[in-house]
Amino acid sequence: MDLGFTEEQEMLRTSARDFLEKECPKTLVKELAEDEKGYTPELWQKMAELGWMGLVIPEEYSGMGMNFLDLVVLLEEMGRACLPGPFFSTVVLGGYTILEAANNAQKKELLPKIANGEAILTLALTEPTATYEASGIKLKAVAKGDGFVLNGSKLFVDNAHIADYIICVTRTKEGANPEDGITLFLVDGKSPGISTTLLKTIAGDKQCEVVFENVRVPKKNMLGELDKGWPVVQKVLEKATVALCAQMVGGAQAALDMSIAYAKERIQFGRPIGSFQAIQHYCANMATDVDGSKYITYEAAWKVSEGLPATMEVSMAKAWVSEAYRRVTLLGHQIHGGIGFCMDHDMPLYFKRAKAAEPTFGDADWHREVVAQQLGL
Amino acid sequence: MDFSFTAEEERFRAEVSAFLKKEITDEFLRDFEARGEFDFCPEFTKKLAQKGWLAMAWPKEYGGGGATIMQQLIFSEEAGYFGAPTGAHRQGTNLVGPAIIARGTEEQKKRFLPPITRGEVVWCQGFSEPNAGSDLASLQCRAVEDGDDYLITGQKVWTTNAHRAHWCHLLTRTDPEAPKHRGISYFLIDMKSPGIEVRPLINMLASHDFNEVFFDGVRVPRENMLGEKNQGWYVSQVTLMGERSGIAFPAMCRRLLERLIQFAKETKRNGEPLAHDPIVRRKLADAAVQVEVNRMLAYRVAWMQHKGLLPMVEAPASKLMGSELMKWLTALAMEIMGLYGQLQQVSKFAPLRGQIARMHMYSLGMTIAMGTSEIMKNIIALRGLGLPRG
Repeated sequence: MDLGFTEEQEMLRTSARDFLEKECPKTLVKELAEDEKGYTPELWQKMAELGWMGLVIPEEYSGMGMNFLDLVVLLEEMGRACLPGPFFSTVVLGGYTILEAANNAQKKELLPKIANGEAILTLALTEPTATYEASGIKLKAVAKGDGFVLNGSKLFVDNAHIADYIICVTRTKEGANPEDGITLFLVDGKSPGISTTLLKTIAGDKQCEVVFENVRVPKKNMLGELDKGWPVVQKVLEKATVALCAQMVGGAQAALDMSIAYAKERIQFGRPIGSFQAIQHYCANMATDVDGSKYITYEAAWKVSEGLPATMEVSMAKAWVSEAYRRVTLLGHQIHGGIGFCMDHDMPLYFKRAKAAEPTFGDADWHREVVAQQLGL
Repeated sequence: MDFSFTAEEERFRAEVSAFLKKEITDEFLRDFEARGEFDFCPEFTKKLAQKGWLAMAWPKEYGGGGATIMQQLIFSEEAGYFGAPTGAHRQGTNLVGPAIIARGTEEQKKRFLPPITRGEVVWCQGFSEPNAGSDLASLQCRAVEDGDDYLITGQKVWTTNAHRAHWCHLLTRTDPEAPKHRGISYFLIDMKSPGIEVRPLINMLASHDFNEVFFDGVRVPRENMLGEKNQGWYVSQVTLMGERSGIAFPAMCRRLLERLIQFAKETKRNGEPLAHDPIVRRKLADAAVQVEVNRMLAYRVAWMQHKGLLPMVEAPASKLMGSELMKWLTALAMEIMGLYGQLQQVSKFAPLRGQIARMHMYSLGMTIAMGTSEIMKNIIALRGLGLPRG
């Protein structure tokens, strides 16, 4: 048993933290929340030069050939910094779907582009049905000529408005089991018939409504097999869920660090508020929540990284972290008092991200149901 | 990062678990509980001694098993899971023994350690007083020098097993003028010494577990002082460092949860198994998540100790979560059982050997004993997070 990170992982963490502290200050985070694009090409390019986009892409495709656990370390730092932009949708949602389902020609075409920061991707999965169940997939892909025609709409799609490629999860066959008959297509973001509307969300992350109206996709853009796309989606969701937990862990730690620092410096009644027991106990609760979040996430990440069955652990992680991050940011706000309630304070950045993350890839109740099934109930 | 155990460790776990499964049967537990006991079983202690598992993580030179921290963790986890009674030896193997190993003279080590490893001696802990609970350092029990001995006068409380202990490790005040932490001395006392009176305290489970202990001019030879005079507080900090993973809590909770899941599958309310009720499903799943998080925190403590690091903050965090979880989960168990949850006796009406209410009542003491939850949070905040003192 070894609950520590390797030297390389620690170096990755430190260098990522230093880089993001310098290149992604909170002023930029707040600017990009209002900006339509939501990222700057300059920062994106610098990240690409560090090899971050290609971190888990095999070396033969211009990547760094590192593993999921390494990515988790990086994502934690990104969560700490509240890094805006399409890294998650490109590398986790797009990258892992391609690694999982694409054929050699597709991998050769796309993976180097991702690794070099030349392509932005996203996964269009959820629809107005707002569920992560297969039954929520209603957007149709109908075979026509030498391709398919897509009709329907997707909602809460990250960065669709800037994506070069949208991987669309479609229904190609109706049947008794909703998990059958799902097919993935790589859709050019500029295809005629796609209309994207940016949604205004509390976290300022760029989620979109994407309407597909008679969008034509060539057959060669099918990812994986016809009608057999759902297992791919499940595998990607597993990684995405843990990846999100890692970001949440980083954010929770940052919220805790801020709260401790403030509790030490804010004076009331002639002494730092951190010398009052109520505040001390809040911080102790937050620390336990953060630590618990770390290790339940690392356990899931390790299993996923090792290719071990991880359904239970992934859901346990999301169920716990969803609520722990929420508790931490609520207490963080309580500790900061009035100033934390102001728009220009940093605490709201974490609180809003915690709220956005709660329902993403399944909320705590949804994941508890997965755990219940895994327990044989 | 690696969450797996080695093949050797897995083999050891299988061996321990097979042994415990064979020994700690429902019948054994029923018999044991019928005697009004919860945790005290000298016969079982002897069996563990025979297997060499009593003081397993002690160095071999002191009669220990020379086992690794990980093996100790594995044993403790399995013991917690099977509900193995460790009350007749735990004080010796986990608390006073390690303190003697760390601070004792060679003479003291030779004299006191072997009987502990053989399961021959029951120890009780004379620390808390009526006016010194969380504020232990304010203790008043007096030890006055008298020739080659000390005379001890005072009162201790919550002394578990004092009524059947052979020896007591005791904190006394030897210098009332010094600042409170620096006037304390640590003694090892033969409970047969004249002047010791033990009075039972019956706990809310109607069990006789702990006691008041009165010392009236009890004579203790100087050689029975552990560590230096007035340095006892610092020795006691070693004592309280013991085996701190706190793994017993999540292990016990995991077993209880498995039984609850089984109960939910087998029990029908309004024609449907409880396991189909969304609220029950949600709560049991939530329990599983919390148990796993708690287990990770306990593993982390053991891993730190394995690496030679001091889990100053991590151990309190594990104890805090574990004891609160046990309280929460046993409450949930009573809730799921509805009216049946309040039944104590083993009868055809009482599910799970009628132990649920007992476990829940017992758990109220667990967030208080060995450091209250509030003190644990203070330690985390002050020592871990560096927050200022009030």
